[in-house]
Amino acid sequence: MAAELIQKNAAPFERLELDTITLDIIENAMKNLRYEMDAVLFRTAMSPGIREQHDEFPMIANCEGKMIVGQFGSFIHGFIEGYDGTIEDGDIFLTNDPYSCRGAISHANDWLLLMPIFKEGRLIAWASMFGHMTDIGGKVPGSLPTDARQIFEEGILVPPTKIYRNHELQEDILNIILHNCRLPHWNRSDFNAIIAACRLASKRCNELSERFGDDEFYSALDELLERNKRAMGQLIANTIPDTKQYFEDYVCDDGMGMGPYKIACSMWREGDKVVFDFAGTDPQSVGSINFYLNEEMFKMFAGVFMIMVFDPQIMFNDGFYDLMEVRIPQGCLLKPNYPAALSCRTHALGRIFDVLSGLLGQGNPDFLCAAGFSDSPHFMYSGYTREGEWYQLYQIGFGGVPGRPAGDGPDGHSLWPSFTNVPNEFLECNFPLRIENYVTLPDTGGPGKHRGGNALRISYGFLEDGEISVHDDRWLTYPWGVNGGLPGRRSRKILVRADGTEELLHSKRDRIKVLAGDVLNFDTWGGGGWGRPYERDPLVVAKDVDRGLVTIEGARRYGVVMIDAVSIDEDATDRLRMEMRAVGEDREEIFNRGGTIEQLKALCLEQTGLEPPGKPKFQIRKTG
Amino acid sequence: MPYTLGVDVGGTFTDIFLVNEDNGRIFTAKVPSTPEDSSVGVLNGIERACVRSGIVPSEIGHVMHGTTVATNTVLTGTGALVGLVATQGFRQVLQIARSYVPGGLGGWVIYNKSEPMAPLELTVEADERIGADGAVVRSLDENSLRQRLEFLKGREIEALTVCLINSFANAAHERRIRDIALEVMPDIPVSLSSDVIPEMQEYERAVTTVANSYVRPRVQTYIENLTRELKSRMGDVKLHVLRSDGGLASSSSAAEYPVNLLMSGPAGGVAGAVWIAKQAGYSNLLTIDMGGTSTDVALVQDGEAQTRRETTVGDVTVRASSIDVRTVGAGGGSIAHVPELTGALRVGPQSAGAEPGPAAYGKGGKEPTVTDANMVLGYLPKSALLGGDMQLDGASAESAVEKIADALKLPLKIAAAGIIDIVNENMFGALRLVSIEQGYDPRDFALMAFGGAGPLHANALGRLMSSWPVIIPPGPGVLCASGDATTRVRDEASRTFIRRFRDITAGEVTEILNGLAETAATSLDAENVPRSDQHVTYQADLRYHGQGLLLTVDADIKALEADGLDAIGEQFDDTHKQLFTFALDVDKEVVNLRAVVQGKATMVPAEKLEPGDADASSAIIARQNVFMDGFDYEATIYDRSKLQSGNRIEGPAIITEMDSTSVILTGHAGEIDDFGNIIIRPIEA
Repeated sequence: MAAELIQKNAAPFERLELDTITLDIIENAMKNLRYEMDAVLFRTAMSPGIREQHDEFPMIANCEGKMIVGQFGSFIHGFIEGYDGTIEDGDIFLTNDPYSCRGAISHANDWLLLMPIFKEGRLIAWASMFGHMTDIGGKVPGSLPTDARQIFEEGILVPPTKIYRNHELQEDILNIILHNCRLPHWNRSDFNAIIAACRLASKRCNELSERFGDDEFYSALDELLERNKRAMGQLIANTIPDTKQYFEDYVCDDGMGMGPYKIACSMWREGDKVVFDFAGTDPQSVGSINFYLNEEMFKMFAGVFMIMVFDPQIMFNDGFYDLMEVRIPQGCLLKPNYPAALSCRTHALGRIFDVLSGLLGQGNPDFLCAAGFSDSPHFMYSGYTREGEWYQLYQIGFGGVPGRPAGDGPDGHSLWPSFTNVPNEFLECNFPLRIENYVTLPDTGGPGKHRGGNALRISYGFLEDGEISVHDDRWLTYPWGVNGGLPGRRSRKILVRADGTEELLHSKRDRIKVLAGDVLNFDTWGGGGWGRPYERDPLVVAKDVDRGLVTIEGARRYGVVMIDAVSIDEDATDRLRMEMRAVGEDREEIFNRGGTIEQLKALCLEQTGLEPPGKPKFQIRKTG
Repeated sequence: MPYTLGVDVGGTFTDIFLVNEDNGRIFTAKVPSTPEDSSVGVLNGIERACVRSGIVPSEIGHVMHGTTVATNTVLTGTGALVGLVATQGFRQVLQIARSYVPGGLGGWVIYNKSEPMAPLELTVEADERIGADGAVVRSLDENSLRQRLEFLKGREIEALTVCLINSFANAAHERRIRDIALEVMPDIPVSLSSDVIPEMQEYERAVTTVANSYVRPRVQTYIENLTRELKSRMGDVKLHVLRSDGGLASSSSAAEYPVNLLMSGPAGGVAGAVWIAKQAGYSNLLTIDMGGTSTDVALVQDGEAQTRRETTVGDVTVRASSIDVRTVGAGGGSIAHVPELTGALRVGPQSAGAEPGPAAYGKGGKEPTVTDANMVLGYLPKSALLGGDMQLDGASAESAVEKIADALKLPLKIAAAGIIDIVNENMFGALRLVSIEQGYDPRDFALMAFGGAGPLHANALGRLMSSWPVIIPPGPGVLCASGDATTRVRDEASRTFIRRFRDITAGEVTEILNGLAETAATSLDAENVPRSDQHVTYQADLRYHGQGLLLTVDADIKALEADGLDAIGEQFDDTHKQLFTFALDVDKEVVNLRAVVQGKATMVPAEKLEPGDADASSAIIARQNVFMDGFDYEATIYDRSKLQSGNRIEGPAIITEMDSTSVILTGHAGEIDDFGNIIIRPIEA
């Protein structure tokens, strides 16, 4: 089964030799185009998730479906393989079913729109964009049930569908879909916004092809892929050792009291090719923390990460895909069997970046980053106001960016590209909320020569009775430090009832009833530290203390003894640092995880106030 | 006192444009800028202009000034030590900012955040709370506040900002804090977010108000000194400063709200372009101001520059209205390079600056720049003067560009043409942002190019954009100063008023608009602009309820009275459709209401040239080989000062003047109009 392409003009393009200047011009134009798509979307979308927080990803691919610009690599190929129908001028496809597009999107909240771009009857490129819808129906508001066991509990599923056919919107289909969502006008508006962005891409590609010539445009996109492949080939040869590197990290729990789940990956170079093998990763979960990881998407993650770490000048696209091989065992956490639940995949998705960081960095400690804000913790709040109006908020939290070779990790920032916070005044104006605190927490960033960023605390004061969900992780395992740096502090959620009693909440939970007057302290986690803390300039530590980002007590973890918030006790500091150096250097390991899983579990109740999770009962099933 | 004087301070030169309002006679002057205290250059320039025109300074009644003092203070990080008062629980508003990390996936690996303009250690909290509806949730604890202000005083802050949560809805606490601060530290200027920008979004309001505090002491000192010096020479002279949005601010308002001056310089250029284009009969134009390190582009429709509610300087973006000028790091000094890994040709954003400058300047620059590429292609006359007695060094330019040619394995001239093509493409990108991306068709616009390097690239950009004609104004280097001199006084008053259409009446909206108009009019009264010369327009920022964007539509009071809110609602739907291809059937929402009051335009006529005929041969000074569109040609070089109106020049041609060089490409012809503009169009085949 594969899609059939219908072109009025099926003449193949001629691959021309282009001068480098034409190529550079087209490259710049394509780069600008991606930002133009974003601009249109942000201005017209309606859900705060897409509009304020930018939970969306545009992509433009060549006519063969290879990504030229974008973030996550191309999934056109997977779509074409899985779609049993025709692709024609005037079609726009919609899908949100991860299993129908080989994980191009990894949970059903992400609506993926694909638009073949035709010029004079010939396919010249693809535009695509996906965005996270605040709600797609299902068993809980927000459609991210932590206790789902099958994808059917997670809202409406749309297989690849021509939502536009011959330039006509298929109203009936759209209405059926929207009828299944709790906030249909947000979905409709976000849908329209994504369409507008894709149409813009189509228009621009047509203009470029007209300006330079169709064969020239085709050849330029092809050459851009080639150019990237050459650069990445060099990068792989220079930085990836042919001995096997191995790294593992964990998702703490599944929201059902079981965990942690291991993500294991080995990496080595075979000739000019790098292999990533996820053998050893735990089997799929019975719950919804499974992350259907598309191999091509992982190549893009790995490639982009390598580029950012080793040489940020390289423009990335799909060109280097042949230089990577990704092996993910069927039935594991990263490739679950249909119809496993997928909605809460954000934790495993984020953790992939810590795994990559550990894998790529251990052979090149100068380029190694600590563990960071490898997640998108969610907060959801819904109910009826006193006036009887339905409100529903989906918000992504931020935390400490890890310490890096380049410097300290920013406090309370995002690791995801282009994400931003929701202005608190906007929240208060549109939802029955009063934000009591919006601060980063001192000492939560892992100490290091370069400090990990601090965790963020948002104190949500509820003005109406309603229900909340919290989805977070790294409450059991630590965001690890590297090269002598210490781990960052773990996450925590405390609900302070109106009468002052405090309830410690589990990291992943839905349907928590709140009453007007209650306050939720939503504390995320800090980034790990990079390098030996006692090598950090004491004046910089003192400045952090003066700023309230590190406490006087916390400064001692850097071997800095403060007399008060501004002055350093220099003699005491020298002595303390000497002691730390003496014990520190022989015990030092590249990664500091704050203990083994067994140790963390043993101390869990005492340190976190929560029972440790039980051993996972995996969902193991023969494929068939 | 019939004389009005415009003065623009640039990085290298201070330009003066002196107009006799009675007869329209114009005098210009150019003196070196004095970066350590730019008022010295201003006064030198005024002196020079007076000598040239034979008037005494006291005949000048009005000085209008575009200044980069605020901009440079931000760019060089030399602003005041700013203290910030935030609401309890929000001390880190600038530290956290919007949590945004620039760059793509993995961008965090290399991102290092710059320090906020108000240091976190100098940020204190006020124990108080205003609700989203403006109600006082917790009243201000004055005792603890006083102690914290004493602490800031002890830390020797030089300016104070107050930005409290929801102060756009109720400013009472911010005002009270100002009163207390003035008791605690009477000499420290206080900026309130509810004064500077009374709009929703705490981070944007804080960063804007802090930026105001940051540049305020410097701007204030500068304006006070300049005013004093001007008065000592000219007696009762009025000083106005050009704002980022193209309006004129009184010197006192400029000193109090200097965050509105961050784009004062570029705004002058656009204003000048509008003025000269109007005379020549063009009201829709794209402007391109290309200097040594960067290029500013803007779009003008119906004689009005487009404005937006945001100003970006360096890595600081604030919510202050400015002419929608997009800046790209592409100028005459931009350096071309070929990175080893990709083998791609890149131009900029690194620039050779003024020192050492392009290799062709012969001041020790070795890197290949855009100017060097122009030199290699023959677009700069070998004997040109660059605002001084500088001879261009062709050999150095060639050896610099040779480096690129070698890396690309291309012939020298092909490589040079490539550098020009890439830099043009970068500017083309910026021009698209202000035109196509906003829903405008560039074919409906003329393209006006100025700045030192603009006229070299103008013809090529016109061809890329299909924007005809390309206009090169006379004295492209002093256009900003002419803009300063020809702008009108303008003020606006706005208010955030977030209400759904279904909850309000047109009557409420018109009542607020009328009140705002009165506020703005009062400030023009203070400038002695009689009400009969004041022109009021109304605006509403609207969106679909739940949407984040704001679109500004013009509000007509009469239409609101007659048709109700549909009068603005339908306009909003149309604009939304024009920009984004769809409208929604959802309740609309008012966000901000605004009244803009403008004084009468100073309609100084431009000077006219001696009439002549099509024959321009008497202005020919030399011939030179050029490389254009892949071929070698012999181009004719003309002296611009000898051209007469009606002259026609066919490309390939080069037209030189004191501070600029214009290129006419093959297949194009330039005609000189009555005002000395070169009007370039393709020759019909």
